[in-house]
Amino acid sequence: MTVTVSWFLVLAAGLFSIGVAGVLIRRNALVMFMSIELMLNAVNLTFVAVSKELGLIEGQVAALFVMVVAAAEVTIGLAIIVSVFRDRSSANVDELAELKG
Amino acid sequence: MIDVLWLVIALPLVGSTINLFFGKRIGQPLAGWVAFGFVALAWLVALPATFSLIDGSIPVETSYLFTWIPVVGADVALLWDPLSALMTMIVTGIGSLIHLYSIGYMRGDERYPRFFSFMNLFIASMMILVLSANYAMMFIGWELVGLSSYLLISFWFTKPAAAAAGKKAFIVNRIGDWGFLVALMIIFASFGTFDFQTIFASAPVVITVGTATAITLLLFVGAAGKSAQIPLYVWLPDAMEGPTPVSALIHAATMVTAGVFMIARSAVLFEMAPTTGAIVAVVGTLTALVAALIAVSQTDIKKVLAYSTISQLGYMVLAMGVGAYTAGIFHLTTHAFFKALLFLGAGSVIHAMAGDQDMRTMGGLRKKMPITFITMGAGWLALSGVFPFSGFWSKDEILAATFAKGGWYIGLWVIGLLVALLTAFYMTRLFVMTFLGKPRWEDGVHPHESPATMTIPLIILGLFTVSFGLVNTPALVAFEHFLEGSFQYVHHVQGLSMGAIIGLATIALIVAIAGIVWGWLKYHRSELPAEDGKFWRRSRDAFGVDEFYGRTIVEPGKKASEWAADVFDVKVLDGIAHGIGSGTRGFGDVLARLQTGQVRAYAGGVAIAGVLLIIVFLAVGGGF
Repeated sequence: MTVTVSWFLVLAAGLFSIGVAGVLIRRNALVMFMSIELMLNAVNLTFVAVSKELGLIEGQVAALFVMVVAAAEVTIGLAIIVSVFRDRSSANVDELAELKG
Repeated sequence: MIDVLWLVIALPLVGSTINLFFGKRIGQPLAGWVAFGFVALAWLVALPATFSLIDGSIPVETSYLFTWIPVVGADVALLWDPLSALMTMIVTGIGSLIHLYSIGYMRGDERYPRFFSFMNLFIASMMILVLSANYAMMFIGWELVGLSSYLLISFWFTKPAAAAAGKKAFIVNRIGDWGFLVALMIIFASFGTFDFQTIFASAPVVITVGTATAITLLLFVGAAGKSAQIPLYVWLPDAMEGPTPVSALIHAATMVTAGVFMIARSAVLFEMAPTTGAIVAVVGTLTALVAALIAVSQTDIKKVLAYSTISQLGYMVLAMGVGAYTAGIFHLTTHAFFKALLFLGAGSVIHAMAGDQDMRTMGGLRKKMPITFITMGAGWLALSGVFPFSGFWSKDEILAATFAKGGWYIGLWVIGLLVALLTAFYMTRLFVMTFLGKPRWEDGVHPHESPATMTIPLIILGLFTVSFGLVNTPALVAFEHFLEGSFQYVHHVQGLSMGAIIGLATIALIVAIAGIVWGWLKYHRSELPAEDGKFWRRSRDAFGVDEFYGRTIVEPGKKASEWAADVFDVKVLDGIAHGIGSGTRGFGDVLARLQTGQVRAYAGGVAIAGVLLIIVFLAVGGGF
């Protein structure tokens, strides 16, 4: 039994779905955040797997870009979450509805 | 020589500007002298050019200044021909005399410099009007004289009557201006230019009689507004609310003749349209008659002269209608002299009576104001048409020309004679009530002769009034000959023999003297006759024309405006604006429900949209 590219894609799809479910279901901002990381990395996995399969370097380049963006996002996102938490001792996103129209 | 003509327009304009900005600092009466100086200077500039034109040493010429709107052939160019030269002499000559008169008359008015600034502005505007070499520039001058007239009628704007009179003059004139403007559009559409020389030289070839009739009728609407003809004459009597020198200069001698001037200028077009000519003649005659019938009963000295002006303008318009252009312009000239004289004399009387204008409280002023008495006497005889005063020659020429047309024009001639009778009658009434008989002054009034700045213009105008008619008698047609240069494209008809001319003149003279005798017998008594009866009452209210216009035009107009303001604007226009506003807001409210502020709801939306997009892509790409 050989590990083909489909395995990676199925795994990536699974990880991505878990991430989506996490974002939609969990109320804690920090957990939602981690779920987003999961989705990003699922996409990274897809990039790299397909890059290897097709022999193209662009996929790996894209993966590197995603990592950089993710790192930046983590910094800012965590800062926001921390300051929200300080403000109201909670990171429950359902309570953060100030922008309701 | 005609290169300096632009100064005739520029000088009064400079005077106007100086008085507007520095008049207060210049002070009284120097500000008046400055204004007078600039107008007199303009007259001096035009004088040699006029003489050269008279002795024929320079041809009719256009002084080109600069390009204005090249595509419509409207350059700023001045046409120097006998007609414009004559008008220039009248406007600047009589204008400077009236400026001189105003120096004394307006003394003590707190807005003295402003008055002279407006007067100078008027002279400049009038010069633009008469000197223009194309219709576009003429229209600019036309509107500018309307503006200065408005400013001067409502000069004492703190008086509600004066403010209303200014507005009335402006609005009624707008109706005329509409006609003029539409005529200009048709002219441009037909000729492709506004230039006088081009239009007049090519008119018979380029346009049909129908087009000429349309153009001239519309031009006549404009002329009827400016020259106070039926049905647009109602503004002129009210314009007497302005200071008396203004009435003399603008509403008797110069501006009101602009309509007549414009018809004379467009004589070629009017010659092509006999229908218009007939209408013009009838309107002129009726105006002369109606105004004379109103003038006989007025008790305000200026109102008598105002209606008399309308009546005399009717004569001029009649002359235009029968194609007697030189006769009409001749009457315009003599009328300018004697009507300016009469108004200035009336101003002198009003000045003496401490502002009272009611002739019933005058009388016996002969001894107190000898110069005014004598000069106004000359004006009285001239306007009545007594030989050999100027009015006799010019009025007679118009009547003779009407008679010479024959046919139903004889009827107009008869009405013209009737008007001459009425004219002599009401002028005698004015003269006797003012100067002769016993004093009927109110207590505390001490009449006195006016200062020299006021009497000198009276004397000069008096001399012209007496003598100017002699430049154009059946024996010596110098004036007509001079004006021929302006009517070179007009076909001349001269159908009367010398015997007929003298016969007609004798009839006119007899009628005039009959009018004077009638007036003398009725009014030269110790007691003023009671002016009772249906006719007198109707005549005193000017036959209710103002009320009629009020009921039929002004009131419905006001109603329509109120409807537009209170119903159409509030309900329809505001409704549309508010509807757009509240509609947008309502739609926004609906959309705002989507924005819950729940970040997970948004994320869900993104996820669902993403899944749907993938399905669409796969479906389109044939993945299923």
